[in-house]
Amino acid sequence: MVFVLLAVSILVFFIFNVLPGGDPAVRMAGKQPTETGIEAIRQEWGFDEPIWVQYATTMEKVFTGDLKSYFTQLDVVNEIWKGLPRTLWLAFGAMVIWMIFSIALGLFSAVRAGRTSDKFLTVLSLIGISMPVFWIGALMNHYLGFKLGIFPNGGYVPISEGFFDWLHHMILPWTALSILFIGVYSRILRANILETMNEDFVRTARAKGLSERRVMLRHVLRNSLIPIVTLWGLDFGAVVGGGAILTETVFGLQGVGQYAADAIGQLDQPPLIAVTMFGAFMIVFFNAIVDILYARLDPRIRLESSGSM
Amino acid sequence: MSATGKVLNVEGLRVSFQTEAGLVKAVDDVSFSLDRGEVLAIVGESGSGKSVTAMTLMGLTRGVNARIEGAAQLDGKELISASDEELRVIRGAELAMIFQDPMSSLNPVYKVGDQIAEMILAHRDIAKQEAGAQAVELMESVGIPGAAERADNYPHEFSGGMRQRVMIAMALSLEPQVLIADEPTTALDVTIQAQILRLIADLNNKHDVATILITHDLGVVAEIADRVVVMYGGRIVESGTLEQIFYEPQHPYTWGLLGSVTRMDRPRTDRLTQIKGQPPSLLAPPEGCHFRPRCPYAFDKCTQKPSLEARGGDPSHLDRCWLPAERKAAARAPEAAA
Repeated sequence: MVFVLLAVSILVFFIFNVLPGGDPAVRMAGKQPTETGIEAIRQEWGFDEPIWVQYATTMEKVFTGDLKSYFTQLDVVNEIWKGLPRTLWLAFGAMVIWMIFSIALGLFSAVRAGRTSDKFLTVLSLIGISMPVFWIGALMNHYLGFKLGIFPNGGYVPISEGFFDWLHHMILPWTALSILFIGVYSRILRANILETMNEDFVRTARAKGLSERRVMLRHVLRNSLIPIVTLWGLDFGAVVGGGAILTETVFGLQGVGQYAADAIGQLDQPPLIAVTMFGAFMIVFFNAIVDILYARLDPRIRLESSGSM
Repeated sequence: MSATGKVLNVEGLRVSFQTEAGLVKAVDDVSFSLDRGEVLAIVGESGSGKSVTAMTLMGLTRGVNARIEGAAQLDGKELISASDEELRVIRGAELAMIFQDPMSSLNPVYKVGDQIAEMILAHRDIAKQEAGAQAVELMESVGIPGAAERADNYPHEFSGGMRQRVMIAMALSLEPQVLIADEPTTALDVTIQAQILRLIADLNNKHDVATILITHDLGVVAEIADRVVVMYGGRIVESGTLEQIFYEPQHPYTWGLLGSVTRMDRPRTDRLTQIKGQPPSLLAPPEGCHFRPRCPYAFDKCTQKPSLEARGGDPSHLDRCWLPAERKAAARAPEAAA
């Protein structure tokens, strides 16, 4: 895990600071740089020094929070911290919705495999997978928010300023973000369930005289969820790490993703370095969580993987 | 109930499956009965319908594509026409089953003790701890050393033989009337096979559980069966006592089966004899006798379907072969002489 993080940091450093494409100091200085500004940046980041010193300086800046946007003059780490609760709530809420719905739909369509209701759900999930977030999000925002006024037209209210107000603002972003995941997850889960249903131990469970409900939930679903956890770790990590750029932007949530999007728009390099690192770290972190969960879910893994972290 | 009463009676069981290629007649008019405490072996090669027969009794072949006809009474209770819920109550409690592959028959994510207890809890209204304690006792009774600790282990921490013991402990946990063992030793080492067979035989004696043993291994049959049913192509081709089947087999297929067994008590020939040809397709089975295309003794009459009846005189010995008794005796003669 430590090794992965180190590799990620080196890669990020190379992408932003070393790759050819002009003077990194000029890139960093923003759209209207001044000569003195560029020179100051060059001094500060040590761009005239050997590459490992540059790397060390960059990392030091990222990890000590001494990273400032030359465009907005705002402290980068501070901005990420400010956006983080919004992003976390978005990710967490959407995750709960997409997990509940994909388990329910996946189970339902596996049990009814081949029947009309299953085919209907297949089409529905394909539609869900095909709809881009920025489009469905914009539609929801326009019709449910702007035209009908059922939901607020974007924006974010902290949970401390009223739970229902907060919930009211989050419902649309959660829904928009979940739709794609529900489509994908329910499809994969359906396939896993159908495969597990053919396992010998499921036949044993039936032979034991367990109720069909117990067979499906305790024996089939439990074993089908194991591969889903991997996917969950990747996706949830990515969303927390700012991957929900589109959802955050469409609904004006001002989370980490939108911060990244704004920084890209302004060619503002320090925030990009920080957000990229942050995102990568989140993915690595949630993968570690997945490893732990895996061991809880599947006892066969518990013995094999000792001390691989 | 008397000790000799029939505990299971299967009458005209037919099972067919609708597949994309057509209707597969997996079991075609199978009837047999089982006395209390008896071990009945159902013998046949892959695709002969022996497993499907057993699974159908358990209700495990039910599905949209399956057509099941006939009747089967377990201790007076009808199995084939029972509702799913009625059958669920019987399943496990009165009719239990051990499967072929112990490696995959246990759920990998639960402790074995819990898996046994789960079955007890599905049928008995007792506390969880009590079910757990019973599971440990059962594991002891099937010879799992250190049962109390082993109950907290997961299936992958057991060897194949030990897993099969767990399966047996589970199957016996509610003292069923009938135990179906579907090739219980096929996936195990030879040395373990003997242990498991002995265990099944012991339990059969001790608890008076009637046992249906499904196998293709005649060595296994000779070891513990009281009566034998030979199946071929979805039909019973011969049935009788162990002695009848082994010493006076009436059907050419049974001869073939017996001929393909290694025998220590006979001089070794260069090669084991084998039955030539392929098992019949159940999609389009041969007309008349299903064994006709592979049978070296086939003659004109074999294109008509022979019925299963006592052709030799002993009413307990049934077979499905048109050959006259003299020809059967003559064909068997070299076998007996060898």
